[in-house]
Amino acid sequence: MKKKRYFGRAGIFLLCALFAVLFLLPTVLTITNSFMAESEIVANYGMIFSTTSGGFVSKTVNLKFIPDKVTFEQYASGLVKSPDYLLKFWNSVLLVVPIVLLQVAIAAVTAYGFTRWRGKLRSVLFFLYVILMLMPYQVTLVPNYLVADKLGLINTRWSIILPGMFAPFSVFLLTKFMRRIPYALIEAARVDGAGEWQIFTRICLPQCRSALYSITILVFIDYWNMVEQPLVLLKDADSQPLSVFLSNINSGEIGLAFAMATVYMVPCLLLFLHGEEYLVEGIANSGSVKG
Amino acid sequence: MKKLSGKLNERGKDRLLGLCFLSPSLLGVGVFFIIPFGVVIYYSLIDGVGSRNFVFLENFGKLFRNSAFLLAGRNTLSFSFAAVPLAVVLSLLLALMLEARIPLKSQFRTFFLSPMMVPVASIVLIWQVLFNMNGTVNEFLAVFGADKIDWLQSQYAQIVVLLLFLWKNLGYDMILFMAGLANIPRELLEMADVEGASEAYKFFSIKLRYLSPTILFVMILSLINSFKIFREVYLLAGAYPYETLYTLQHFMNNTFDSLDYQKLSAAAVIMAIVMVVIIALLFKAEDWFGKDVEG
Repeated sequence: MKKKRYFGRAGIFLLCALFAVLFLLPTVLTITNSFMAESEIVANYGMIFSTTSGGFVSKTVNLKFIPDKVTFEQYASGLVKSPDYLLKFWNSVLLVVPIVLLQVAIAAVTAYGFTRWRGKLRSVLFFLYVILMLMPYQVTLVPNYLVADKLGLINTRWSIILPGMFAPFSVFLLTKFMRRIPYALIEAARVDGAGEWQIFTRICLPQCRSALYSITILVFIDYWNMVEQPLVLLKDADSQPLSVFLSNINSGEIGLAFAMATVYMVPCLLLFLHGEEYLVEGIANSGSVKG
Repeated sequence: MKKLSGKLNERGKDRLLGLCFLSPSLLGVGVFFIIPFGVVIYYSLIDGVGSRNFVFLENFGKLFRNSAFLLAGRNTLSFSFAAVPLAVVLSLLLALMLEARIPLKSQFRTFFLSPMMVPVASIVLIWQVLFNMNGTVNEFLAVFGADKIDWLQSQYAQIVVLLLFLWKNLGYDMILFMAGLANIPRELLEMADVEGASEAYKFFSIKLRYLSPTILFVMILSLINSFKIFREVYLLAGAYPYETLYTLQHFMNNTFDSLDYQKLSAAAVIMAIVMVVIIALLFKAEDWFGKDVEG
């Protein structure tokens, strides 16, 4: 019996390892290939992304992890020689950072409102937020477009930032966190004569510090990779974020694409490595729609 | 008496204060989502933004005779129909596997979660390397004597996208299930052990019951994410991909280009209605399934 259990666990371990390799493969491939010279990339992937640059092209595609020679050539040509990618990266920052900060700030105030006062109206409103949160972009983009058009914001960053600020996801998640703060804590502060704003900033916010962090990471990752909104609301190629622009790199520059994708991954990677525990906690707490 | 009225006033003031906290968000949600959605409903019922004659359901009728819309609707349904159950089952499986006492557990969790942060464009690049006519998958299959196919231009295109969807979303869903599993009262499982219950009984009668809210949530989330896979498909195959990959999102996106407000509005209203119906059904199912667990 014991032996059987042991083999069972070994099997599970191997299965996990297999999955882990499959899950990691694309990430590792992107990073290692970004250090390959263009000639090596062409040799490896020339069959897929037909290039005109000539040189040796292997007959079959070569999925290779370790570059023959580590070079920063791709990074140099992407970041130093032409300002295009840096500009698009900056576009992403200008779009995503205001959305994340404002969305989380507004959500904190709103979630406090939903936590401190409850009633029929409040629960109806909260349910409305949940429904809104669950709507696919294709539904919300039409209203967003109409408003942006009315306000003359099409082709400006604000057409994406303004609706993003009020996206209900963080309200939903933060409310669930705040409802767990012991009521006695708030009551005690009230007895001591603290006003609502003071209770909010001095008691409530410090209590959800980790929640705020995890929501920030989640929202950042989501918006950092946005495609739908810029496609519809930003027709101007110059103001596109890197998430959309990366896919326009023409097929002759695959090495460059790997390098720029790696650059684009860095902010997410840092947030992920630094705050994985928070991220996991954040996800875990988004776990049920009710309550 | 005086005290009572004082209390009442305080309650009124309290309410007002509560609304103050909600008002910025309510204002924003109203201006950017609710009111314009009302306009969308209005647009879906008139014949043109210029003439503004009420035609009621004519726009919807036209939509249901539009072959592109029907194709897109069918594809979206069939994709979600496959993607949602697979995501639920596989991510639950991953979570259960990580419950076993195996080494490197937290590393595995990190690895499974890592696809979350990979930029869309680099995913697209890798998927091309794998599934291109001359790609790695074909090369691998050639060892077994299979013919080369251009995966994204074939009847298997949806499967390729399905793999992409699962790869991207399983980690997130797994975390949800891990949290759900951790919330099952230990005593219950121990008691079952003492009474000699089988693993299967423990899984189906205890764990699954307690997991029903999580299952509901993962289903809803997967449904939304199955719509979001448009990102990758669009970047892989453009605005007009292989027939089975043409989804409602493509339809909407292409309609945005022509700015046909009536068509757009009617499609958005239909999608909203379908979503609300599905969500309501899922809620009902969860109420029924997990009724003696909660509370």
